Amino acid sequence: MSAATLYGLCSAVLVGLGLFGLIVHPQPLRKILAFNLIGGGVFLLFGVVARRGAAAGFGGDPVPQALVITGIVVAFSATALAVALLLRLFQETEQATLRLDE
Amino acid sequence: MPNSATAGGFLLVLAIVLPVVGVLFSVVLGGRHAERIALILMPAGLAVAVAIAVGVWRAHNVLQYFVGGWDPPLGVAFRADGLSAAMIVTAALLICGIGLFARAQFPSPKQAETRAPLAFWTLLLAVWGALNAVFLGGDLFNLYVALELLTFAAVPLVCLDGRAETLAAALRYLLFALFGSILYLLGAVLLYGAYGTLDIVLLSGRIHAEPAAWTAISLMTAGLLAKAALYPLHLWLPPAHAGAPAPASAILSGLVVKAPFFLVVRLWFDVMPRVPVHAAAQVLGALGAAAIIFGSVLALRQGRLKLLIAYSTVAQIGYLFLMFPLAGRPETGHPWSTAAWTGGVLQAISHAFAKAAMFMAAGLIAEALGHDRIAGLAGIGRALPITVFAFGLGGLSLMGLPPSGGFVAKAMLLTAAVAENQWWWALVVLAGGLLAGGYVFLVLARALADSNEPLTLLKTISPGRQTVVLALALCAVLLGFVPLRPSELLQIGRPDIAVVGLR
Repeated sequence: MSAATLYGLCSAVLVGLGLFGLIVHPQPLRKILAFNLIGGGVFLLFGVVARRGAAAGFGGDPVPQALVITGIVVAFSATALAVALLLRLFQETEQATLRLDE
Repeated sequence: MPNSATAGGFLLVLAIVLPVVGVLFSVVLGGRHAERIALILMPAGLAVAVAIAVGVWRAHNVLQYFVGGWDPPLGVAFRADGLSAAMIVTAALLICGIGLFARAQFPSPKQAETRAPLAFWTLLLAVWGALNAVFLGGDLFNLYVALELLTFAAVPLVCLDGRAETLAAALRYLLFALFGSILYLLGAVLLYGAYGTLDIVLLSGRIHAEPAAWTAISLMTAGLLAKAALYPLHLWLPPAHAGAPAPASAILSGLVVKAPFFLVVRLWFDVMPRVPVHAAAQVLGALGAAAIIFGSVLALRQGRLKLLIAYSTVAQIGYLFLMFPLAGRPETGHPWSTAAWTGGVLQAISHAFAKAAMFMAAGLIAEALGHDRIAGLAGIGRALPITVFAFGLGGLSLMGLPPSGGFVAKAMLLTAAVAENQWWWALVVLAGGLLAGGYVFLVLARALADSNEPLTLLKTISPGRQTVVLALALCAVLLGFVPLRPSELLQIGRPDIAVVGLR
């Protein structure tokens, strides 16, 4: 098994775990963490894709690396926004859940 | 398609840069100037949008611009075809209308800084810039970034008033949107890994039917459906759209949900015109049909006006996705298949105007009455005749009665359904029209009824704001006068075979 395949499988596991968490857990904070887990998997996949470009004959495809930096910045801002909303919700209602009506 | 940047390509950059510059200036100069900055940029942005549309029409070809002079696959392209031009003009007109309407609701503070006006005007410009980036982007990763910017600008609009319900609605919206965007990004990586490019034009030449392409496109489509709130991923939409302030609801329901739909169209018709997707298109159509029926029935059962309108958005989004099974692929090029394509796009545009007008009308009614319970609307038709008339005109388009953009759109979808021998979609379109008639009538009947006790309005609504709402509703009606055949503007930049099918 080559390193690229191993990392590819790792990223698949991360995405799977994250998807499971995002769908199954009702708590928003866990959902945010799960989103970051999927994000980690996707970014790892970027690395794998860059490495496979390297296998085609040149020393590492730089484009996915440029993309992954942007992706991380976007995921970071998304997480920050989500956590800010959650904190504000907690201040207003004293609970960190989306089921307000119950 | 030309391989270099075309004349007028700078307009595409301007369409994105103008609102972004506005956002930066608003943040730096603060809330007392945010409104003025937005009002200055609106006519400028509208002029740019019209210039792009005229440019596309004159050249009868795609306008494009390569950032930094680097050609794809290394560089990033912006392209405007007929579809982008139509969407950009729609967005500009709506933003201008919503901006004029919102002046009374989010006025510039005289003395101290207040949060709501700064946030609203800045986010309005941010949504505009992000929408233009979505409509013009030619690179799938760039489109991901544009889509995320749109989400980040749209989510805070939901909770401008800071109440706990709207905060929860915003958070739920954000979680759905993040789920959608991460799936989209995953699909984009897979496409890059398989074909070595993310440029739409290059990709459409390299992609072919194989597991990698199917997986990537399915992931991206599923993610976009969550963002477009197609049934059954619509759960976040009603509380978010109904809880936002009226001008914000108009932006969210009219424009923001159209951006992911636009990207699904891009993916299915531009990125993979060569990949056979017949069965998958039927699935999208079935989800659309379910959205029409469930959304309309739920709308009928709502007690609050804004929630009714929000559920009607769920239903009207369903119509957009009927386009996929009906709009034939280039290789099957049935003459009427392009009509379904035009019908779907026209539905997106006319729904944008109609729904924005209806949400703003509902906002005015709520401001005047202090509530938006449908049961308590009696007498409002006499107090705010222009507003209720505008609401009715918007409803005309939702029902699909002539003359309205909704009528032309639904007539084209119907014709395509019959011509393509897929009559079951025609039944859905007709049933959806009847149900829409039901919920619009429900509101109008209450609003036009005489009330027993004299109606006391909490505040008087200026005629100017009512006129803005009426103007947007009239735009939806005027779209009913576009000829009942595939639009030539929308065909610019489409594969040639699809255009030949028209003759």
